[in-house]
Amino acid sequence: MKFKPYAKSLAVAVSLAVMAGCSSSGGTQDGSMDGTTAGGQGQGGVTTGQGVSGGQASGSQVGAGQRAGIPDVRTIYFDYDKDTIRPEFESVLNEHAEYLRNHSNAQVVLQGHADERGTREYNLGLGERRAQSVERYLSVQGVSSSQVDVVSYGEERPAVQGHSEQAYAKNRRVVIAY
Amino acid sequence: MKRLAPFMLGWLMLLFGNPASADLTIEITKGSDEAIPIAVVPFGGQQLPEDIAQIVSDDLAHSGQFDPLSRSTLIASPTTSDEVRYRDWRAVDSNYLVVGQASQTDQGYRIQFELMDIYGERRMLGEAVNVSANQLRSGAHYISDKVYEAITGIRGAFSTRIAYVTAQGAADSRRFALHVADADGHNSQQILSSREPIMSPAWSPDGDKLAYVSFESGNSAIYIQNLATSQRVQVTSFPGINGAPTWSPDGRKLAMSLSKDGQPEIYVMDIGSRSFQRLTRNDSIDTEPSWAPDGDSLVFTSDRSGGPQLYRYSLGSGESQRLTFTGNYNSRGRYSPDGETLFMIHRGNSGFSVAKQNLDNDRLTILTDSQWDESPSVAPNGSMVIFATQQGNNGVLGVVSADGNASYRLPSAEGDVREPAWSPFMN
Repeated sequence: MKFKPYAKSLAVAVSLAVMAGCSSSGGTQDGSMDGTTAGGQGQGGVTTGQGVSGGQASGSQVGAGQRAGIPDVRTIYFDYDKDTIRPEFESVLNEHAEYLRNHSNAQVVLQGHADERGTREYNLGLGERRAQSVERYLSVQGVSSSQVDVVSYGEERPAVQGHSEQAYAKNRRVVIAY
Repeated sequence: MKRLAPFMLGWLMLLFGNPASADLTIEITKGSDEAIPIAVVPFGGQQLPEDIAQIVSDDLAHSGQFDPLSRSTLIASPTTSDEVRYRDWRAVDSNYLVVGQASQTDQGYRIQFELMDIYGERRMLGEAVNVSANQLRSGAHYISDKVYEAITGIRGAFSTRIAYVTAQGAADSRRFALHVADADGHNSQQILSSREPIMSPAWSPDGDKLAYVSFESGNSAIYIQNLATSQRVQVTSFPGINGAPTWSPDGRKLAMSLSKDGQPEIYVMDIGSRSFQRLTRNDSIDTEPSWAPDGDSLVFTSDRSGGPQLYRYSLGSGESQRLTFTGNYNSRGRYSPDGETLFMIHRGNSGFSVAKQNLDNDRLTILTDSQWDESPSVAPNGSMVIFATQQGNNGVLGVVSADGNASYRLPSAEGDVREPAWSPFMN
């Protein structure tokens, strides 16, 4: 058995630090080091190491969504393996389109979701397709693209737990989050 | 004489600072008819806080290739080869025998062990290992590795680790966490926790770092975290999906799936320079890349034919070639270490199962009979595949032998466990 010198870990830490300090050549938001010790508090209620976190969730739309006039129905559902807007949800999207056209400062995040069947990373792609389908629909209705963002959660954030068709139908959805 | 180096000093320091998070336990679900009978006699000498023989016996049983005799059927209690009477062990149909004894040293313990071939009447192994008091399990796994290799000719993978993701709580109080544990589920350590999803942990080839996807910034982003120091860096946060990171065999590059162009495409990032190379170019979902062991090609999932199938991208020619044709859903390919077999998730009549395809004759074999399997990850010696599945309404980890003949599960006492990643060899 060979030794695994501690110095090797240090070397990796240094190289990571160098990476962090490099300017990005790929257009990415360059990472900053955080959580330098176990229990360090990062952004978004994230904790590295074993520390206990009291952090709050990031990206919560509660609060902003309570503004008057925003249509009440903010979730639409999809058929299995489909990203087409079902006819019964067109009126829901039309209401959001009207609101967004009339409130050019309003921003929405279209959160795309898939049911649990299939592999997780592939389902990220399926959730994104659904959210993009809603994005295109809103765009055709005259909503500015600058008001709309798309995030796919794949199967990571099911609305309903369980393996039934009923649960799956509730989980194949796009949430329109203000 | 061997000295067991602490291959993860950082882990031990963290363990001292904080209690370990809930370990996973092992439940054997299927044993192999061809398993080799072996007797592992309780070690003699110094009393130890861990039962070394039991850990070795359990390791060998989990491999599916061994059928250790139960303690009640052990016919004698030798602790060295001198005390072994071969005909006693032939009488209980044991092909092999492991004996050992421990003694105290200034730094911890010295554990001697010997392996005997009962029918050949010869000693196959005799070795001693020095460990500190908190490395006794590591010492036992080392013995398991040596015994396994001496008999099968294949390097043992009992001293490796697994990474996995847990999710606990419902809706708004849901908490995601990334853990690393020993391959047998012990010594689990939480290395990241978040209120937003964590996905797709991937080990660097040296075993020092994990790349993973975290949604903590409100969208998916890829991070690399050093395990010994907990230091981490965000390496991508493009608009759209930042997913499915996997390391090149030389550890210099990460392949990933990025949808900044409108739909998920396979990219390769040079970690040192942060330069990106786009590999795929079409309207479909292209994701779940994984490098061939020789580093010359990648396998990835694409639904360009209508449903998800596996393709091989050759870095030399820049061409993609479809690999899977059995069934209408094959995804998340992972190569065996020899590059001759592709493990994947395949949708069959019963649901989503772990399957393997022989790349010589393209024959597909289904390895599990469960309905909701995901995330296969191959042990570094190619003998076993760990995957995520469902037990009741809980996500659990399962392990199946590469021939499908043996399997076990690693249930957790709390919450969902998913997305296992088997580490490379650590020593």
